[in-house]
Amino acid sequence: MLYREAGQFKTSYAADQQIFPILQDRVGIAVIAAIALGVLPLVATEYLTTTILIPFLVMSIAAIGLNILTGYAGQLSLGTGGFMATGAFAAYKLSTAFPDLNIVFVFLGSGVITAFVGVLFGIPSLRIKGFYLAVATLAAQFFLLWLFNKVPWFTNYSSSGVISAPPRAIFGDIMVTGSSAHYTAKYLFLLVFVGFLALAAKNLTRCHLGRAWMAIRDMDIAAEIIGIKPLQTKLSAFAISSFYCGIAGAAWAFIYTGSVEPLAFSIEISFKVLFMVIIGGLGSILGSFLGAGFMVLLPVILTNAPHILGLNIPVDMISHLEYMIFGALIIFFLIVEPHGLARLWQIGKEKLRLWPFPY
Amino acid sequence: MSSTAVSAASGSDAFTADGRHKIGGVILSVQNISLSFGGVRALTNISFDVRQHEILAIIGPNGAGKSSMLNVINGFYHPQEGKVIHKGQERKRMRPFMAARAGIARTFQNIALFKGMSALDNIMTGRNTMMKSGVLAQAFYLGRARKEETEHREFCEKIIDFLEIEAVRKTPVGRLPYGLQKRVELGRALAAQPEILLLDEPMAGMNLEEKEDMCRFILDVNKEFGTTIVLIEHDMGVVMDISDRVVVLDYGRKLADGTPDEVRANQDVIDAYLGGGH
Repeated sequence: MLYREAGQFKTSYAADQQIFPILQDRVGIAVIAAIALGVLPLVATEYLTTTILIPFLVMSIAAIGLNILTGYAGQLSLGTGGFMATGAFAAYKLSTAFPDLNIVFVFLGSGVITAFVGVLFGIPSLRIKGFYLAVATLAAQFFLLWLFNKVPWFTNYSSSGVISAPPRAIFGDIMVTGSSAHYTAKYLFLLVFVGFLALAAKNLTRCHLGRAWMAIRDMDIAAEIIGIKPLQTKLSAFAISSFYCGIAGAAWAFIYTGSVEPLAFSIEISFKVLFMVIIGGLGSILGSFLGAGFMVLLPVILTNAPHILGLNIPVDMISHLEYMIFGALIIFFLIVEPHGLARLWQIGKEKLRLWPFPY
Repeated sequence: MSSTAVSAASGSDAFTADGRHKIGGVILSVQNISLSFGGVRALTNISFDVRQHEILAIIGPNGAGKSSMLNVINGFYHPQEGKVIHKGQERKRMRPFMAARAGIARTFQNIALFKGMSALDNIMTGRNTMMKSGVLAQAFYLGRARKEETEHREFCEKIIDFLEIEAVRKTPVGRLPYGLQKRVELGRALAAQPEILLLDEPMAGMNLEEKEDMCRFILDVNKEFGTTIVLIEHDMGVVMDISDRVVVLDYGRKLADGTPDEVRANQDVIDAYLGGGH
């Protein structure tokens, strides 16, 4: 089957404004959704689910969040880890303070709380731009982690400073968090969440709010002259981006690891999410998924590759090699396509449109 | 575009013989504006009026303060002295987005498009201030958000037809040639349905054919929508042909103000342009 849009005519603007106007894309998405919802839960082992699928989904949410802020609104941020920590601790406080609150609302609530925190740290963005703003968001990263470390109220006075996800169920008795939850239930719960969040992000970026973000990113002076309020637009990007990061943090603590300490959300996480966004493609929701997939899958593949290839390499050597290959691959991809994997996919699609004729 | 039909029905006395809107009263008045940056005086005691539905040209040698004048009008610069009266109301300090919301749109000398967005999205962004749907409606593309997107798309398509850029509507503007980028920028300004349109050298760097096209668009905008146009232009042929009145600036001062014929005969203007007397 060829990827062609020839012959697919739109007769109304509404039809032309669909997310996937081309039939092949719609089929492709349906197939991916069917595999993710129907096939993977049946065939995936516990190892595959807990080391690849769940972290991939969690990091996708964070990558979408940062992509909204950095890729769409053009505001560089290194505070992602701090915002994820905020989400994790907000979810912990919410679920322990209100044990009857549905876990869905706990996640959404933690997102909303993080959104407020994000707006607070987004205020400097009105005055400072680019790398300087990145430094200002570092303040958020360090301050928030320090706060969760130093104020015992956030961990409910736990002596170790570690929070453990309380067991929570949906639909009455299906456990999705805590140690007794089945990995497939966790995966499916998270998958549905990610589906809705990704759809919402895509919709936001194609409506007027998304256009305002991109206008501010591409030329803030011109944006202001056609009537876009810079402060409101930037802060809305910070709010929505932090909402996503907060949910990602909550999902990390409650579904992925089950228990976390503030240090889990160190600056390393912020950089990791930033790499995902850059490698996946700035200003692309698909790119957020590709970047998250790349960053989550690659270390797992690299760790397991010597075993699969039958090589006998010492363990410490493997971990060193892992870092080297990982770094080299990141540089390789950035040289091949600085606009990220999403752009590679787009170029591929354009080539397919003409295939097999080069012109 | 519908406003044309409505006002056309309201009576023929609002129009001239060739179908233009008759020039009305003063819509924007610039009074005794002085602007300086540090010790450099960009504008000194400038006053002129802009009348409704007219095409006003601001001309002058390089560095005369023409662009600064436009920047004062749309709130980008704040003059140290003088005032701008828009529709009978004096305004002191304002931010550019307020001018946009009050019906003043502009284009730039160096194209200021959103390079990462398609031509259509650029023009749609021009209508952003009119879209009111909330975040949740947009996130799920429901109700008002969906309705707004489709309605405004329809309006933008009319502008795209008008400017004859149908073929490039989905191309990222960074990839378009210069002349088309200028047109998209005009489209983005028109999308806001402004009362006053400020054009900063709309024809700079164009060949004769592109200039003729652009002149036609400017005249059509003025005729069809009754938009008041203030433009800066260096091409004297263009200025004398399309404008109703001309304001001449030189070294931040106003040299002359009148119809093209009056300005052409003005001795100060001849001196400034031909170098006599300096």
